[in-house]
Amino acid sequence: MFLASQLLKTFKGVHILKRNFMLLVVLFIGLALLMPGCGNGGDGGDGNGEAVGDEMVLVHNVGTELETMDPHLATGVPEMTTMLQIYEGLTRLNDDSLPELAQAESVDISDDELVYTFNLREGLVWSNGEPLTAEDFELSWKRALDPELAADYAYMLYFIAGAEAYNAGEGSVDDVMVEALDDKTLQVTLEAPTPFFLSLAAFATYYPLYQPAIEADPEGWHLSADTIVGNGPFKMISSAQGQMDFVPNENYWDRDAVILDRLIFTMIENESTELTMFETGEVDVTHTVPGPEIPRLQQTGELHIFPYFGTYYYIFQIEKPPLDDVRVRKALTLAIDREALVTNVTQGGQLPAYAYVPNGIPEHDGSDFRDNGGDYFSYDVEEAQRLLAEAGYPGGAGFPSVEILYNTSEMHKMIAEAIQEMWKQNLGIENVTLTNQEWGVYLNTRDEGDFMIARAGWIGDYLDPNTFLDMWVTGGGNNNSRFSNAEYDRLVAEARMMDDEVARMDVMHQLEDILMEEMPIAPIYYYTLPMMVKSYVKGYSKAAVGGVDFKSAYIEK
Amino acid sequence: MVMLFGIPLPLTAEVPATMLAYMVKRLFSAVFAVWVVITVTFIFMHAIPGGPFQTEKAIPPAIKANIEARYKLDQPLHIQYVDYLSHVVRGDLGPSFKYRGQTVNGIIAERFPVSFQLGLLTFVIAIVAGVGAGIIAALYQGRLPDYATMFFSTIGISVPSFILGTLLMYFLAFKWGLLPAAMWGTPRHMIMPAIALAGLPTAFIARLTRSSMLDVLNQDYMRTALAKGLPRWRIIWVHAVKNAIIPVITYSGPLLAYVLTGSFIVENIFAIPGLGKHFVTSIYNRDYTVILGLTIFYSIILIGLNMMVDFAYTLVDPRIKLLGGKE
Repeated sequence: MFLASQLLKTFKGVHILKRNFMLLVVLFIGLALLMPGCGNGGDGGDGNGEAVGDEMVLVHNVGTELETMDPHLATGVPEMTTMLQIYEGLTRLNDDSLPELAQAESVDISDDELVYTFNLREGLVWSNGEPLTAEDFELSWKRALDPELAADYAYMLYFIAGAEAYNAGEGSVDDVMVEALDDKTLQVTLEAPTPFFLSLAAFATYYPLYQPAIEADPEGWHLSADTIVGNGPFKMISSAQGQMDFVPNENYWDRDAVILDRLIFTMIENESTELTMFETGEVDVTHTVPGPEIPRLQQTGELHIFPYFGTYYYIFQIEKPPLDDVRVRKALTLAIDREALVTNVTQGGQLPAYAYVPNGIPEHDGSDFRDNGGDYFSYDVEEAQRLLAEAGYPGGAGFPSVEILYNTSEMHKMIAEAIQEMWKQNLGIENVTLTNQEWGVYLNTRDEGDFMIARAGWIGDYLDPNTFLDMWVTGGGNNNSRFSNAEYDRLVAEARMMDDEVARMDVMHQLEDILMEEMPIAPIYYYTLPMMVKSYVKGYSKAAVGGVDFKSAYIEK
Repeated sequence: MVMLFGIPLPLTAEVPATMLAYMVKRLFSAVFAVWVVITVTFIFMHAIPGGPFQTEKAIPPAIKANIEARYKLDQPLHIQYVDYLSHVVRGDLGPSFKYRGQTVNGIIAERFPVSFQLGLLTFVIAIVAGVGAGIIAALYQGRLPDYATMFFSTIGISVPSFILGTLLMYFLAFKWGLLPAAMWGTPRHMIMPAIALAGLPTAFIARLTRSSMLDVLNQDYMRTALAKGLPRWRIIWVHAVKNAIIPVITYSGPLLAYVLTGSFIVENIFAIPGLGKHFVTSIYNRDYTVILGLTIFYSIILIGLNMMVDFAYTLVDPRIKLLGGKE
């Protein structure tokens, strides 16, 4: 009896165990596969670049999840690229980075270049069909300046009279000199003549925003495709599962110029994955390319190296000996073989920098600021050795130990190692040490001036040399070199008030002269943006600042 | 006494009189543990140099002041701490500093389901394949299936998920075009990342099961069962596996917590919009509320699953009792 009951029990046990186990497995798999949202995505981004049915679909990888969809709060390239498709300012930058009138039909500029009167196009409407007026611009710009909003890029509006005071909490919103004279006319008074104001007007901080949506939900209006109302060539219809879908905005004033039926942005961060998806045809336009792959990809004809309007440089902390000696700073700068660095180390098509301000800024006659300024130095080992000897360290003898600081990254490390080796070979400087710090720690160290030499990069905000040059004024927030030059400070202040464009550019050149004479920084290379673009993608545009504009893009096979 | 890596699990310690009292006690200790986690994380987080609004481009002091005031970062630390705790108690993990307009609760609600699906599939693969392989290896000890299992499990333990993931993507997506290379949305997107994630735990579970199984098979009562003439399958399933599976249950709690909350590296490779990414990037970004919120979330899941594991023991092994041990 005992045995039988035991057996029965165990048999039951087996049964229960087995059944439970199977039940669990079924439950788990079922749960995993049937979780809400799982069966939802459809194709999730594959099979593009070709007409799906009759649809012309293009997939671009913006490279990361967006930090925000609010144009006034956006700071990064992925955000700017996205905003560019769904919003539009008074102007829009063309392929040559020059502003073209967009939401504005015409603009009158006063003789003293202080008052801009924009006339909006007839019949402008938002993507939801509501009329878009000059008042929308006025309210939006004032919102971007609201200290309560605390927008990083509020300073892009500081060119408007009264803007800075209001944003700093010292002035009133009523003193911000932007005013809707009527539904179609917007008048802006500037603090000082600003020749690049029409370029600025294309920037995200200058986009108009649909006020009722913001009033309804000030914090979260931009989180859902349902509540985003735009005025650009496309409108967002969904944002989920790591991708955003756009369709043409039927209410856009230039609707006929928009050819794509659908635009998809993916958010793939891993560069190798991005490239694989480009090669399998799941992505048509990438956001970057893994550096080591560039030589191979050059053969494909689909690699495009765009200028990026930025400079990679080393900062000398000029309060720390021996870097307080300009001869030492120059010697170190001249002894870097930039050509070798970009061809062998960075390999991303970067351009060696022998000056500070990168290419791409047009002067009044259309000529390039960089071409006019020319190179300030070259790779000159002999001169470098002479300068170092003059400073008291012939052949590197007795040169104190210096440290290169960089934020933790394989690429920065390789560059620092190469430069360390060049200084050793060319100047006989033996004791250069390398230190890496995690990004936040590194920024802190830089701000506190607690370094000797640090890597840095600067990307211009607007197409003018000023965006690179005014940061080096005494006590400037980005002046980590602690460089201080009275003449330099005077010229920066003077340039702000100048309305003669020729004379102003001349001052810009003088500023760069001083900077390269004093050498608080050693320019290393100009950034470039390597991207893969399928050969059948046509009609897109890429300005030197900002992302790819797909307004008129199309696919032709 | 059940041991995990030499640490006795508190199953036979001071046993409260009723199940309810036991639960309450566990709950209290869980709350206390979460509080300790919050406090330690809060202190460490603020000890790291830098802050959430530090950028390479210095922002004008007026704007920086605006931002810090907005997020109350201009207040003394102890005020921030008390303020934060009072929000957490109400279930509000605060706004993200980096993702403007988004709340930490919102980020978790949006991304956890993705990590949950992937994690669950990974877990099922690891348990089914791991336990299965372990049992087979133990039964064929010293023979080919044993060597093969142990060979593959050694590989599984030593090959990191990102290599396995990259290899899978290269062959299955790039070379043969069988599966989409990355992204999320359909079951087809889940296969490669789940296998990549399951590699290590499967191998580990296979080894765990094998050694535990061998242990059990050498026990006297196995011989008794054989002598009694029980069928082989019944001896294995009823008497051996049920006992041998206990270490696997112990391991499955932390494993499930780990896979459910997402993996940074696998999510990165396969462009999966899961939670794993934020565990890493929030620290780079000094996104204080996200760091704290995710730490709390993870702690709760881990503690909760460990409690469930303790209850699961009693189902498998009646000798283990959570209460009323002295009969």
